[in-house]
Amino acid sequence: MPEAAIERHTLAVLVVNEPGVLARVIGLFSGRGYNIESLTVAEVERDKALSRITLVTSGTRMIIDQIKAQLERLVPIHRVRDLTEEGPFVGRELALVKVVSENGKRAEVLRIAESFGARIIDSSESSFVFEVTDTTEKVDQFLSMLAGLGRLEVARTGIVALSRGPESI
Amino acid sequence: MSGRQMSGAEMVLAALADNGVDTIFGYPGGAVLPIYDAMFKQTLVRHVLVRQEGGAVHAAEGYARSTAGKVGCVLVTSGPGATNAVTGLLDAQMDSIPLICITGQVPTHLIGNDAFQEADTTGITRPCTKHNYLVKDVNKLAETIHEAFHVARSGRPGPVLIDLPKDVQFATGEYRPPEDFTFTYNPPFEPDQAAVERAVEMIAKAERPLFYTGGGVINAGPAAAATLTELVRLTGIPCTSTLMGLGAFPASDRQFLGMLGMHGSYEANLATHGCDLLICVGARFDDRVTGKVSAFSPGSKKIHIDIDASSINKNVRVDLPVVGDAGRVLEAMLRIWKSRGFQANAEAMAPWWAQIEAWRAVDCFAYRRADPVIKPQYALERLRAALKGRDDVYITTEVGQHQMWAAQFLPFDKPNHWMTSGGLGTMGYGLPAAIGTQMAHPGAVVIDVAGEASILMNIQEMSTAVQYRLPVKIFIMNNKWMGMVRQWQELLHGGRFSESYTAALPDFVKLAEAFGATGVRAETVDDLDSAIARMLSTPGPVILDVLVDETEMCFPMIPGGAAHNEIMLGPNDRGQQADAATREEGMVLV
Repeated sequence: MPEAAIERHTLAVLVVNEPGVLARVIGLFSGRGYNIESLTVAEVERDKALSRITLVTSGTRMIIDQIKAQLERLVPIHRVRDLTEEGPFVGRELALVKVVSENGKRAEVLRIAESFGARIIDSSESSFVFEVTDTTEKVDQFLSMLAGLGRLEVARTGIVALSRGPESI
Repeated sequence: MSGRQMSGAEMVLAALADNGVDTIFGYPGGAVLPIYDAMFKQTLVRHVLVRQEGGAVHAAEGYARSTAGKVGCVLVTSGPGATNAVTGLLDAQMDSIPLICITGQVPTHLIGNDAFQEADTTGITRPCTKHNYLVKDVNKLAETIHEAFHVARSGRPGPVLIDLPKDVQFATGEYRPPEDFTFTYNPPFEPDQAAVERAVEMIAKAERPLFYTGGGVINAGPAAAATLTELVRLTGIPCTSTLMGLGAFPASDRQFLGMLGMHGSYEANLATHGCDLLICVGARFDDRVTGKVSAFSPGSKKIHIDIDASSINKNVRVDLPVVGDAGRVLEAMLRIWKSRGFQANAEAMAPWWAQIEAWRAVDCFAYRRADPVIKPQYALERLRAALKGRDDVYITTEVGQHQMWAAQFLPFDKPNHWMTSGGLGTMGYGLPAAIGTQMAHPGAVVIDVAGEASILMNIQEMSTAVQYRLPVKIFIMNNKWMGMVRQWQELLHGGRFSESYTAALPDFVKLAEAFGATGVRAETVDDLDSAIARMLSTPGPVILDVLVDETEMCFPMIPGGAAHNEIMLGPNDRGQQADAATREEGMVLV
């Protein structure tokens, strides 16, 4: 049955920005055993006190549908959109990457950073901090290219996403 | 428009009264003293003092369930008051009972400091309420309480908790009534007409259809139950019900097959297994109903009518979901059935009914009579006979064998007369629920069908029953064992009866007397009828201690992990269909 296939979906969730709302969402996922691959949240409409959660999750079709229905049931949740299902969307995440490397490898590090459009936001004699904003796959690729060139420390935001075209949530 | 100025504590009482509350169950403590003080000065809301906060929540559940549409209300203090309420809140959440629970909280400036009797109440209760609030501003209090009532009642009902710090109770602010506010929470209520139309067409075409109805019909109100009854009779289709749904369709009707599920009737379970169309109304395909999901009703198309979209396709894939209020959907189905001139498909369904009658003839609830030992089933049959012809009887139960026997042997012809802990299975539910029910129906006969183990879990509420002169009758089927635990140990754990025997049980007759109530005992078949008569005729609360067969098991039974057609009719059926692998698989299930 196609049901058994695991799908990855990106959800956009508009919530009332009130205390505990993130705990409700996270508690729903942990309590029911759903996956969270990444989750980002910030206020997006100050006058209406609305925050937007971008959530990447995975599961069978039945589970994904359950997740959406369960989210919609929460009182402070205004809207749930399945960006993966509803058409093309753009998703980007930001990563800060510290590379600590020996002298001989710094040129190679810089060359790779340049090819990925990463900005240098800090540097010292033995390290760089790069900022890169791209798709998850591109960021993964950037990190794997750097992997052999020094010690890495990475902070990533997880993706934020919007649907393509004029439609909005 | 500006509102009246009053304290937060006064607002609580005003808001309760404005939302139609006349009774609240509670227990005072430091963090709710201002509310109790405000209560002292008013007469709109009656307070019932329980003996433990857990009792307050179950009492409020009994009150709400027996009144069709009223919201049950609870008031408890912070810390242990709130944590004692947690079981009841989850019980109400699982069974979709509308409740408001107000908990006191330490003053705002102490929150997070591990203050005396502080608990993170909203954190603890988040997964066991429909919604909860911590109110830190007295000017938001009125709106919050009104919204809480709206949320508790709307859509799939449930418990809503309001955590109220003590300083907010003392603070003065503006009170405005519910009609001054509108709320954004508005779950779907009206069904999609095209889906209803399709459902009716599927019903008209089916040859082996079956209605499977649940607590959603009860929650949709007595009118929904009446509509269901009309539709079932008009279509000539058999009807089974979950534990939660008993009473929505009259048990005395020939079209009723009894309860389905683990301890449901043979005919209901085999009809579920063999139907070609399963019409689920306000039930949620839970594991006690489905047994082995992969073998559940394998040959049927399934229609699922539910107000909660997240209940649909959660456990069992259905062919046609209809999201909406059960009452509204049933009304629409009835209207379409009539307007399109559909007729009961009697000819096509004749073989189906013949099959069902053959299953019914198996007489699955038959048991071996004994004398002088009282069989628990016989005790319920005699109780049933003693209550025959009365329509003012409300039954609550504890949890276990006695609960399943009550569901099997007591007939419910009307909704809201049967209060039992279905989803959570909370031992200790029945006595406080009976107290809440009796508060709502002072002149009615309210009976808690109990086991001797369950009743001890909230026995302190006897004191409440006596204080408020509530004539609840506690019908204990005393087999000295945790009967359902013992039954599983016998069937699945090699007869190793680990810790399921209660040595040193109290003398229930003397216990009743110690509380200032009446105690009666029946030890033999000869005692039983007169003991039941005495229980019913004695004013005030009565405990009837019926000593029953210690080793009787509850059948039929679908063992954990088995399919409906593997139903066991009695102990000798064991292993007939269920091979060792199924039993091992079943053992890990609850």
